Amino acid sequence: MTIAFFFIFILFSLGITYVAARRTRDAEHFYTAGGQVTGLQNGLALAGDYMSAASFLGIAGLVSLSGFDGLIYSIGFLVGWPVVMFLIAEPLRNLGKYTFADVVAFRLRQAPVRVAAAIGSLAVVSFYLIAQMVGAGNLIHLLFGLQYEYAVAIVGVVMLAYVLFGGMMATTWVQIVKAVLLLSGAFLLAVITLAKFGFNPLALFRAASDQYGIAVLGPGRLVSNPLDAMSLGLALMLGTAGLPHILMRFYTVPNARTARTSVSYATAFIGFFYLLTFILGFGAMVLVGQPAIRAMDAGGNMAAPLLAQTVGGDAFLGFISAVAFATILAVVAGLTLAGAATLSHDLWVNVVRHGAASDVEQLRVARGSTVLLGALAIGLGIAFKGQNVAYMVGLAFAIAASANFPALVLSIFWRKFTTRAAQMSMLVGTASALLLIYLSPTIQIDVLKNGSAWFPLRNPGLVSIPLSFVVAFVVSWLWPEPEAEARFSEVERRVHFSK
Amino acid sequence: MNHLDELKALDGARWRIAIWLTVAMMVVYFAFILLVAYDKPLLTQVVVPGLSLGILFGALVIVAAWLFIWIYVRWANQHYDAKIEALKGRM
Repeated sequence: MTIAFFFIFILFSLGITYVAARRTRDAEHFYTAGGQVTGLQNGLALAGDYMSAASFLGIAGLVSLSGFDGLIYSIGFLVGWPVVMFLIAEPLRNLGKYTFADVVAFRLRQAPVRVAAAIGSLAVVSFYLIAQMVGAGNLIHLLFGLQYEYAVAIVGVVMLAYVLFGGMMATTWVQIVKAVLLLSGAFLLAVITLAKFGFNPLALFRAASDQYGIAVLGPGRLVSNPLDAMSLGLALMLGTAGLPHILMRFYTVPNARTARTSVSYATAFIGFFYLLTFILGFGAMVLVGQPAIRAMDAGGNMAAPLLAQTVGGDAFLGFISAVAFATILAVVAGLTLAGAATLSHDLWVNVVRHGAASDVEQLRVARGSTVLLGALAIGLGIAFKGQNVAYMVGLAFAIAASANFPALVLSIFWRKFTTRAAQMSMLVGTASALLLIYLSPTIQIDVLKNGSAWFPLRNPGLVSIPLSFVVAFVVSWLWPEPEAEARFSEVERRVHFSK
Repeated sequence: MNHLDELKALDGARWRIAIWLTVAMMVVYFAFILLVAYDKPLLTQVVVPGLSLGILFGALVIVAAWLFIWIYVRWANQHYDAKIEALKGRM
């Protein structure tokens, strides 16, 4: 049954790719689907890019095993969206073309900014890819009994087919189909679960606290260090506005107003989805039971599929599993496309060729980069087999918030921002986030099994984000760049008028 | 007032609203995170059976995000877009 749903989804999405491939004629179509995506479509696609398997399986599992603590993640993942809306979405749409580096480099010197932006972007994309590929391998292994390496390879190859032939058009439609499947699947599962509690969520929460103690309704051990909580919160909030695959989506809509509409839809869908995770997590806790969830997977990742099986039988399990698979596939496709845009548009076209590359060449390099990243994704997935990679999504957010967000915001807002400041802020943001993660308890104690860690926080955000801003201010102040300052009036005009 | 001054005024208004709403969202969210970190017993208190203050506040943070976005979109759609259209015709 699961396999039937699984094949229906793959065939359907390859059909979409076939249609999209015939319309993907030039670089603009490959990166932006021709810029003609509507607000509702882009809102769904943003939600599709954002609601990864980590949110669906991971958060439902975390709530089922530790109650309220899991919800801290649900909430943190949502509050980045208002920041995207107020500070980033519209200026990004009006100032850039294919990547967020277009905006940072708008009035600065191209090569240094693009190289630094590419380093930050590729670091974010790589860590995000590792988390998704390892999750995909484990999930398919668990669901179908398929060998881990084959599972990773299948995800890589199918995803490559979408991106390589269909570009942004196919990727967008795969995201839309996935978002609709995920939202309706999670909603259906929540409704069937709530039916057992008289359609009253409070009755469900009460049943959970009767069975497992009142502590499951309040904060527990997950956030033991207040500074750690602040650090994670800051990274989640500002990281969303620095994720390359999310930012790239704003170039698929025709104007700033549509960009605005798409964020409203995305925030509505994503918030609704995270509210559903409250129900799914507590539902699994009560109806499946914590021992059964732990027996299947110690991290709780199978809580949502197990809940589906308990309330809806094997057919529903098949459906929910296929949805989880579609979720991973779509997120991996979005990440690969963003990585390919960085390699080809930022590095090849703007640094190596100084902006002078024919359309045929751009498209060829973009597709070459896609294959490279697809191979990298499969390689990383296999290399990290058996590792606990749950922290890697948090790390990707921390790098995005430290490397990309400060430079992006300052390039839009601050007249005196300079090339050297953008470059240093992005490099210091990336390097400090990586270094502090390496020195944190997550790597030193959990992975390397050392007795202590040099840096006390599990998330580097609280140090690396302010550091990146400070570097930007100090460098701009020490080495002013009058040419960049003079060109700021063009930024001010374009933010509002786009041309 | 010439159109450049008008654009400057509109630009200022747009950034003021954007920054205040961003600050409002940060205050709401970090108030929640600080309660989680420093006052666990308060959040574990139950308002009505099944509903703890923690779950209530958590859901309210999501509702606040929706509310702030609604305020911004309403202002931008009704006020900002119209003024930009008018300026576009004159520049």
